[in-house]
Amino acid sequence: MIKVNSRDFEWQEGMTVQRLLELKEYTYVKIFVKINGAIIEKEDYATTMIQDGDDVKVIHLLAGG
Amino acid sequence: MDIKALKEAHSLLAEYSYEPAKLDKGYTDKTLYINIGENKISTKTVTPEIKEKFIGGKGIGLKYLWDATKPSTKWNDPENEIIIAGGPLCGITQYPGAGKSLVVTISPMTDIPIDSNVGGYFGPYLKFSGWDALEVQGKAEKDVIIFIDGNKGIVKIEEAPLEAVDGHVVSEQLTEMYAESEEDKKNISVISAGTAANHVNIGLLNFSFYDIRRQVTRLKQAGRGGIGKVFRDKKIKAIVIRFKGTKGDLNKPADQSLINKAGITLHKQIHDLDDVQCRMRQIGTANIIEVMDKYDLLPVHNYQYGKHSDTFKIASDVFIEKFITQGMPDGCWFGCSLSCAKAADKFELLTGPYKGDLVTVDGPEYENAAGLGSNCGVFDPQMVLEANFYCDTYGVDTISFGTACAFAMECYERGIINKDITGGLELNFGNGIAQLELLHQMSRGEGFGVLVGQGVKVMKEVFVKEYGADADFLRDIGMEQKGLEVSEYLPKESLAQQGGYGLTNKGPQHDEAWLIFMDMVNNQIPTFEDKAEALHYFPMFRTWFGLMGLCKLPWNDTMPADNHLTDEPAKIPQHVQHYVSLYNGVTGMNIDKHELIRQSERVYNFQRVFNIRRGKGLRLHDAMPYRAMGPVTIEEYESRQDRYDQQLRELLDYNPEGKTTEEKIKVMRDYRYDQYEKLTDAVYKRRGWNTNGVPTIEHLKEIGIDLPEVVEVVKQHL
Repeated sequence: MIKVNSRDFEWQEGMTVQRLLELKEYTYVKIFVKINGAIIEKEDYATTMIQDGDDVKVIHLLAGG
Repeated sequence: MDIKALKEAHSLLAEYSYEPAKLDKGYTDKTLYINIGENKISTKTVTPEIKEKFIGGKGIGLKYLWDATKPSTKWNDPENEIIIAGGPLCGITQYPGAGKSLVVTISPMTDIPIDSNVGGYFGPYLKFSGWDALEVQGKAEKDVIIFIDGNKGIVKIEEAPLEAVDGHVVSEQLTEMYAESEEDKKNISVISAGTAANHVNIGLLNFSFYDIRRQVTRLKQAGRGGIGKVFRDKKIKAIVIRFKGTKGDLNKPADQSLINKAGITLHKQIHDLDDVQCRMRQIGTANIIEVMDKYDLLPVHNYQYGKHSDTFKIASDVFIEKFITQGMPDGCWFGCSLSCAKAADKFELLTGPYKGDLVTVDGPEYENAAGLGSNCGVFDPQMVLEANFYCDTYGVDTISFGTACAFAMECYERGIINKDITGGLELNFGNGIAQLELLHQMSRGEGFGVLVGQGVKVMKEVFVKEYGADADFLRDIGMEQKGLEVSEYLPKESLAQQGGYGLTNKGPQHDEAWLIFMDMVNNQIPTFEDKAEALHYFPMFRTWFGLMGLCKLPWNDTMPADNHLTDEPAKIPQHVQHYVSLYNGVTGMNIDKHELIRQSERVYNFQRVFNIRRGKGLRLHDAMPYRAMGPVTIEEYESRQDRYDQQLRELLDYNPEGKTTEEKIKVMRDYRYDQYEKLTDAVYKRRGWNTNGVPTIEHLKEIGIDLPEVVEVVKQHL
C-alpha cells in the first residue's frame, strides 16, 4: 500500500510514476509529483519506481476555474 | 445596412461638453453620471476616501449603487443604476489581461447587487476619455443610444428608433456609424444587449472590440445576473464610446519600469510554456472540457453526473480542428499575449432569423460547451456553437441558460412537465434543436422559452404552483442559489467547492473560488479550518481583479516553470508579486501581498453588508441545493455506488451491506448537510463574521470599512 495525496492506494510491483498516473487517470497537464517529499521531474516519470509504503503527492495546479 | 438612414432617424435628447480629465497614476478622479429619464449629464469627483476604501472597478460600482438606491429599490425602479468601471490598472498594455470592465447593478434574478467582469475595449476607452466610471440611472421613454466621444469631450443621449437590438447587428451598425474611417473602427466600442433581454431575466451585455484582421466586430460578455435585462428595461439600445490615440502609457503610471518588468517576464513565460500548459492561444478556456470529464466534474444532465461517453464529440480538439480559426490568436485588449479570445469564422447558422448567415462566433468558452453542451446532453459541436452565437446576439447568459435549460429538460424527462406545457417542444436531454427553439422564443418574447429565461428559481415556483410539482424535489435538483444559476462545474464531491459556490456574495459563480482540485484531488485542505482558509484567501484574492480592471486568466492559466518549487504553488507566488508590482507601478503606492488582500476584504465585506441591507446576505441565503452536495436520486447514487458505499464505511462507520439505496441516500444526505454547516461555521469565523454570516463591527473596524452607514446596517443584525 502507498499513500497518494494522503489516501491509501494499492501498490503494484514495478509501479512507476507514469503507471501510477495512468491508474489514477491523472491526465491534467499542470501537475507535479513528489515521492517522500522529493520532486520528480516530468522526464523521469517513466523510469522512477515507486516503492511499497511511499508517500506520493500528485498536485494538480488549478485553483482558478 | 443603410447607416445614413439609421443616423438621420436619431434625435438629440441631451448633449454635454467636457474637458477630458488628465489621467494620473491610474485615475482621472472623475466619473460620468447620466440620467436617461431626466436627460441629465454631469460630472462627479472621485475623492481620496473613495479610492482608499473602494479602489475602483466593482468597488466604485458598489459604492455608487449603495448611494443611489434604497434598501427597497427594485431592479426595474428608475433609481437602479448600471455602473461600468475599469480600475486603476485597467488600460495598461504591457501586462496581459488588463482591459476589463466591471459592471454592477441590482439584479432582476437575485434582488441584490450583481457584478460581472467583461473584456472588450470599452473600459480602457472610458478611462482614456476622462472617466474612472460611468453611472447610468433613470429610464428612457423610447430606445436611446448614449455616445461618448473621448477625444472631442462630448456626451450625447440620442433617441435611436431604427437600429437593431441584437448584439452582433447593432454593434456592427454603430461601429460603422461612429467611426470616422475604416481605420477608426478600432477606436469604437459598443455595449449592447439583444432581443431576448427585452423579455427574460437572464439577459446579458455585449462589449465589443473591432477585429482589424477579420474586419468584424467581436463581442465579449458581462454575462451573469441579468444586467442586460436592466439595460433594456431602461430602454438603452447601446452605449458607444470612441477614443483615438491608445498608447501604452496613458495610465500615466508612477513607475513604468515595474510594469514593464512584470510584463516581459509573463510574456516570455506564455511564449515558452502555453503550448504545453493550457493552450490558451489555441482554444482558450475550452481546453478543460475533456479534463473536467476525466475527473468526473463535467456537469451532465443537469449535474446528475460528472462524465459522459460522448464528451469526446465536444472535446477541445474538435473545436480546434473543425471550427476555431487557428494561427490568429487574439486578446480582448491590446497587449494580452495569453490571447484566449478566439473565433469560429464563417460559421453557417442552421436555425433562427439569421439562418444561412455566415457569422463569426466568439467561443466556445468552457462554460458554453459544458452548459449548452454536456449539461443539456447536447454533444454536437455545431449545436453548441450555434446556441453560443444566439445566446450572445440575443443577449442571454450562456451559463444561466445552460443550467436553466438542463433543469427544464430533467423536469420534462421525469414527467414533471410535458409537451402541453412546453408548447410541443420535446425537451429531452440531447435535443439541441429544441434548446435553440427556446432561445428563439426568448427573442420573440413568446412560448415556453420565456419561462425558461426567467431562470430556475422562477421555473420552480411556477412548476409547483401551476403544475403540482413536488417543491422539495425541485429544491433539490434546481441548481440555483440566491436566484442565480450555478456555473458549470460539478461540486458534489468537493465540500470546499460547495462553499466556493454557496458562500459567495452574488451567487454561485466560480469567479470567487475554484477549489475542486485542491480539495477533492490533491487533498491539500482536509480540515474545516484548511478549507475556510482557502475560502478566505482565494475569494479575496480574486475580488482584487475586479477592483483593478484585470482578467484572472493570466494569474492561473499560465504558470512559471518552477512554480512547483515555491512554498505555496496554488497561489502562484510569482504572479501575485507581479500584481503587487503592477499596482505599485501604476499608483505609486507601496503595498505588499497582504495589503492586496486587505483591499479586497474591504469591498467584499461592503458587498456582504449591501446584501444584508437589502434583506439578504444571511446564513439562510447561503444554503445550497442538495444536487450540488450529493446524490439526490437512486440513479445518481448508483452511478457512483462504490465511492459512496466506501465513504459511508470510512467516514460514518456505517455498513452499507443489505441497505437499500434510499436508506443510504438518506444517511449520506444527513452527513453532507452536517459537513456543509460545519464548513459554513468555519468560513464565517475566518472571515470575521458571526454565525449568521454578519460581519462583526470589530472586523469592519480592523479592515477599515467601518463607515457609519455600514455599521448602521450591521448593528441591526448583531
